[in-house]
Amino acid sequence: MNTELTGIIATFLLTLVIAIPLGKYLAKVFAGEKVWTDFLKPLETGIYKLSGINIKEQMNWKQQLKALLTINILWLFYGFFVLIFQDKLPFNPDGNPAMTPDLAFNTIISFVANCNLQHYSGESGVSYLTQQYVLMFLQFVSAATGIAAAVVLFKAFRDKTTTELGNFWEFFVKSITRLLLPLSLVVALILTFNGTPASYEGKDQFISLQGDTVHVSRGPAAQMIAIKHLGTNGGGYFGANSAHPFENPSYLTNMVEMMAQTIIPLAMIIAFGYFIRRKKLAWTIFGVMTIGLFMLLLPTLSSELGGNPALAKMGISQTTGAMEGKEVRFGPAATAYWSTLTTVISTGSVNGMHDSTMPLTGLWQLLAMMINSFYGGCGVGLLNYFIYLIVAVFISGLMVGRTPEFLGHKVEAREIKIAAIITLLSPFLILAGTAIASYIFTSHGDAAWAVQPKNWLNNPGFHGFSEMLYEMTSSNANNGSGFEGLGDNNIFWNLSTGIVIFLGRFLPIIGPVAIAGLLGAKKFIPESAGTLKTDTKTFALMTFAVILVLNALSYFPALALGPLAEYFTMLK
Amino acid sequence: MKKYIIQSIRLTLVLLVLLCVVYPVTVAFIGKMSKGNGGGEKITKNGKTVGYALLGQSFTKPQYFWGRPSAVAYNAAGSAGSNKGPSNPDYLKEVQSRIDTLLKYNPGIKKSDIPADMVTASGSGLDPNISEQGAAIQIRRVAKARNIDEKKVKELVAMNTLKPFMGMFGPSSVNVLKLNLALDEL
Repeated sequence: MNTELTGIIATFLLTLVIAIPLGKYLAKVFAGEKVWTDFLKPLETGIYKLSGINIKEQMNWKQQLKALLTINILWLFYGFFVLIFQDKLPFNPDGNPAMTPDLAFNTIISFVANCNLQHYSGESGVSYLTQQYVLMFLQFVSAATGIAAAVVLFKAFRDKTTTELGNFWEFFVKSITRLLLPLSLVVALILTFNGTPASYEGKDQFISLQGDTVHVSRGPAAQMIAIKHLGTNGGGYFGANSAHPFENPSYLTNMVEMMAQTIIPLAMIIAFGYFIRRKKLAWTIFGVMTIGLFMLLLPTLSSELGGNPALAKMGISQTTGAMEGKEVRFGPAATAYWSTLTTVISTGSVNGMHDSTMPLTGLWQLLAMMINSFYGGCGVGLLNYFIYLIVAVFISGLMVGRTPEFLGHKVEAREIKIAAIITLLSPFLILAGTAIASYIFTSHGDAAWAVQPKNWLNNPGFHGFSEMLYEMTSSNANNGSGFEGLGDNNIFWNLSTGIVIFLGRFLPIIGPVAIAGLLGAKKFIPESAGTLKTDTKTFALMTFAVILVLNALSYFPALALGPLAEYFTMLK
Repeated sequence: MKKYIIQSIRLTLVLLVLLCVVYPVTVAFIGKMSKGNGGGEKITKNGKTVGYALLGQSFTKPQYFWGRPSAVAYNAAGSAGSNKGPSNPDYLKEVQSRIDTLLKYNPGIKKSDIPADMVTASGSGLDPNISEQGAAIQIRRVAKARNIDEKKVKELVAMNTLKPFMGMFGPSSVNVLKLNLALDEL
């Protein structure tokens, strides 16, 4: 069998082998049961003590959200000031300049929100201080924020009726000490020993074999690359992200990085089932998500392995597939698999350039980010899926003419209103954002911005439209990958995507946590013959249909104008 | 509210120490034991650094094997891909001219011998590898320019070919810098 395909099959299977036990472990960690990592307790106790936190203090859902938002807003201020003063602060061996305020605004929101859309380039746009004390720091804490928010939701469904949802700080700290930090250490060391730089040495210079002078950017990259994947952040150390040979030196590291970005979102689903003692529900969710993943992966593989039809016409050989924007050491199959993973899970790191992938591949990438919950980001993937579940429960309830229930709690008008707002938010942000961008591009091409609107697009025609659509979609999904040809470092894109990222992050956290809090406080209704069971195949199919219909209705016109139109013009 | 603000500030400070000092310094310290001491493995020739093992570099002379086209001319301080879309007419012209260049400098090869990786820019602009086929089409040119037997060059290519990981996973590839170094040492 083709070694490129066996490579991705092996990667997927290994991911499952790690993620499933990890999920069971996480359920125990967050339930406070005994686990082998309990030797870290003194470290946690120390952190609580130094921070003045009493983890015995129970919070209701409103208090949980207050704590979450307070600390996130604090990071926004802290990071913003470091970014605009980084040239004057220490640890800047390459002498990189400060960020402009609009770029700093975009970058800090992007990293606090676990999005990691980057309108700067790692080599020339940030100092070592920024890389580690702001960007890498936020990669840890934003992932932990997402996980902690998901655990609050778990809590709401564990007991029959409750308003006490545990302590936010405890979930948050444990996500770091019991999960993100130990795993990052392992992954960072694997990368370092395969060639990724980890030391604090600055730029190097050498004379190549042919006699050219070459400057080489280096720095503590391995540490950041580990957490950028484990935390589903995606923001790379170098401009080319994980396509850069330093960030991703070999096929082995490529497998490790693909596994690293998938295991926690997967484990969270398993953890959910074990935590609320409804394992079958977790496996049903896992089933729907995995089928969704494969429905996006298979056509992606087929369009990338088929090569570029325009190049085929020129008469060259494309035995392995399309190669523009890809690296030889990974090959088209692993790059296609990565592109699916990084868009279904809101990582957004890339090992090949999405802008250069085939039109239909672009379509699947966009659709994956629009759905944003086939596994989804650290913690937040499950929160997004929860909204689809509530909508599915509601519609099923209407169909059979009964008051909808979810896990023994009546779903009523207030919860449905919240779910509807969150559902409508994504298409609103993506489509309105793209529409405004297109309007400015066509009608105000000469605006005196850092990149003039008429020069925004790296590619003409339908593909150019896809570049703008992708940028807004990626921002709303908190994904962070891009069709990087887009000239995005200017006031319009910095501000607009900054706002989209912010709303696309925090409202979809507030919404599901609020619904869960409201439901959890309601009277528990024991299961009866008339109860709608949410862990059956029928209901799984229902959820799948809801996801498909909602997204198809919202996005088909936009997708038809971009990738589909490009595909059909290339067929000519 | 005020309580949360103070807790947030204190927790942030504690975590900054743990995540931004303890963690990265530990990795950097252990990384000193890796090849290249955690600063990237260098390749030296006669005591001078001539490159990094992982980074591709530009080769344009006929006596060297050429790497892939690069959108940033192998600038290791500014990695990037071309970000050209598959249907972009300017891009397609560029590819055509790369095909013509290869045909011109490599006598005896046909269009259908040229693999896609030799006429498309890599994702990072620093791809150190080419495909086996990409090396095969250059053997005759290199042998001629160096005035050595084609067989000898073929052997060197085979020796510098990296097989799929564990023989089962992923593609095979040829490291251009190592191959060219081996040629220079003949």
